[in-house]
Amino acid sequence: MSRIARQPMILVGGLILAAVVVASAAAPWLTRADPLKPSFAQRLKPPQGFGAAAVYPLGTDNLGRDILARVLHGGRLSLVLAVTAVALAAGIGVAVGLSAGLIGGRLDDLVMRLADVQLAFPVIMLAIAIVAVVGTSAAALVGVLALSGWVLYARTVRAAVLTIRETDYVEAARTLGAGNLRLIARHILPNTLAPILVLGSSQFATMVLLESGLSFLGLGLQPPQPSWGLMLAEGRDYLSNAWWLATVPGIAISLVVLGANLLGDGLRDLLDPRLRQ
Amino acid sequence: MRAYLVRRLWQSAVTLVGVSILVFVILRVIPGDPAKMLLPEGAPQAAVEALNRHLGLREPLWIQYGLFLRSVVQGDFGQSFQYRSPALRVVIERVPATVQLTLTAMALTVLAGVPLGVLAAVRQRTGWDYASTVLAVLGQSLPNFWLGIMLALLFGVTLRWLPTSGFGGWPSLVLPSITLAAFPTALVARLTRSSLIEILGQEYIRTGRAKGLGEPRVVLRHALRNAMIPLLTVLGLQIGTLLGGAVITESIFAWPGMGKLVVDAIFFRDFPVVQTILILSATIFVVINLLVDVLYTVLDPRIRYG
Repeated sequence: MSRIARQPMILVGGLILAAVVVASAAAPWLTRADPLKPSFAQRLKPPQGFGAAAVYPLGTDNLGRDILARVLHGGRLSLVLAVTAVALAAGIGVAVGLSAGLIGGRLDDLVMRLADVQLAFPVIMLAIAIVAVVGTSAAALVGVLALSGWVLYARTVRAAVLTIRETDYVEAARTLGAGNLRLIARHILPNTLAPILVLGSSQFATMVLLESGLSFLGLGLQPPQPSWGLMLAEGRDYLSNAWWLATVPGIAISLVVLGANLLGDGLRDLLDPRLRQ
Repeated sequence: MRAYLVRRLWQSAVTLVGVSILVFVILRVIPGDPAKMLLPEGAPQAAVEALNRHLGLREPLWIQYGLFLRSVVQGDFGQSFQYRSPALRVVIERVPATVQLTLTAMALTVLAGVPLGVLAAVRQRTGWDYASTVLAVLGQSLPNFWLGIMLALLFGVTLRWLPTSGFGGWPSLVLPSITLAAFPTALVARLTRSSLIEILGQEYIRTGRAKGLGEPRVVLRHALRNAMIPLLTVLGLQIGTLLGGAVITESIFAWPGMGKLVVDAIFFRDFPVVQTILILSATIFVVINLLVDVLYTVLDPRIRYG
């Protein structure tokens, strides 16, 4: 605990993230307003303090929907999608990295070439192409995000396996009759946990950005869902007369990304100073 | 040296073949009926049949892939049905706009990121350092599509200093390139800082100082030069980020480059164009990284003789 206290970035980042997560999770209790229900009489009401009644703390959008409700409910969607995608990416990446490192040979070559190939595409272009073919469902979105993220884990875990495999204690464990599974569970995985954790928290930021970016372009979550990226895209048309439409969701995305980045940096400094770039 | 270059060339070639396989799988295998996808909606059955024959879609997959690869190598990426001309030509017409934007952003990245990082490193643990770190963290956290919108709101809508969309002259280049450069600038600043701090602790720097070299000379001539080596790799990799970021930035500012083209093409279901852009951008990325590695051997003799 005292080590964590010496890393203010973990504390600040964690607090920011926790605040957003709690607020999103508690959305139904924090606001009674329906994030989807339009109310044309209440279109484009400015936020509280900018000349409107207190009914809409963050104002309303072009269809008269309560922006606070939409941001909070949108947070639920964005966060769940990003967490699922990170978990999937890490799962795939760790499995692939372990098998490539342990089995080696052709499988290893194949996997590493595949990683090179995938890294040659700008992530967003690859995502766009896949979404265009398989459609814009939430499941497709998670799949695309996970697919974009596995390489990092695979490379890290593979490198760790290659190093650890040669150490004396693994050699000793093997001599004593430990099989591959036991080696993985007892010796290799625990040693790769730190970098995986660091990668995961930084990647969470990337996933939130990517999801909202795709939704912003119209290739992610679809209206009328309260997605942060979609809200930004809708707000863009009202920049000159209703700045709050695009401002509020942008702040939400930035807060999450900032929190996750700080947390990731702090964890990296705490757990594995060698990863510091 | 030669063995190293040959190996890198071979790797790049293998990667490019992999790129073509991946594009083939995404656009030809996953959709199930690619002929329908590669033709405009409501195309007559005869056209579907003709394309099926042309692409060899009744053949086994590996023969289809062979035909696909052959046409790609010959520069035949199919017809764009949005523009009714060869997809490759449509894409190439948009390349200069994207190159102009990414080069400007890259220049901004280096011109802002490196000095910020140097400042933070030589004034470590002072206000300068913290200010530059805060800037860098913000630069990495603000989504570029939001930054772009906010810049447009401030400088375009409110102050009316700069145009918020379109293509023409340097004023229209300012907002898109700042938007695109924000993220890589932050990354470069942080990387310059950390790698310079590490190098400034080395023995030869102490020797330089001990023999009476001025601090600017020590930092700029001896330390920064060595810090540039890891930086170069990251800059090479940023080409991918910039090309990807251009997709969103160009869409925000209606910049007529490849990024805007690919988004428009998706909505138009103009898959020949999508396929061309995917292959072209991956090729650009692979080639630039190959060049970076070659440049490396020039900058760092250890690689040349290693």
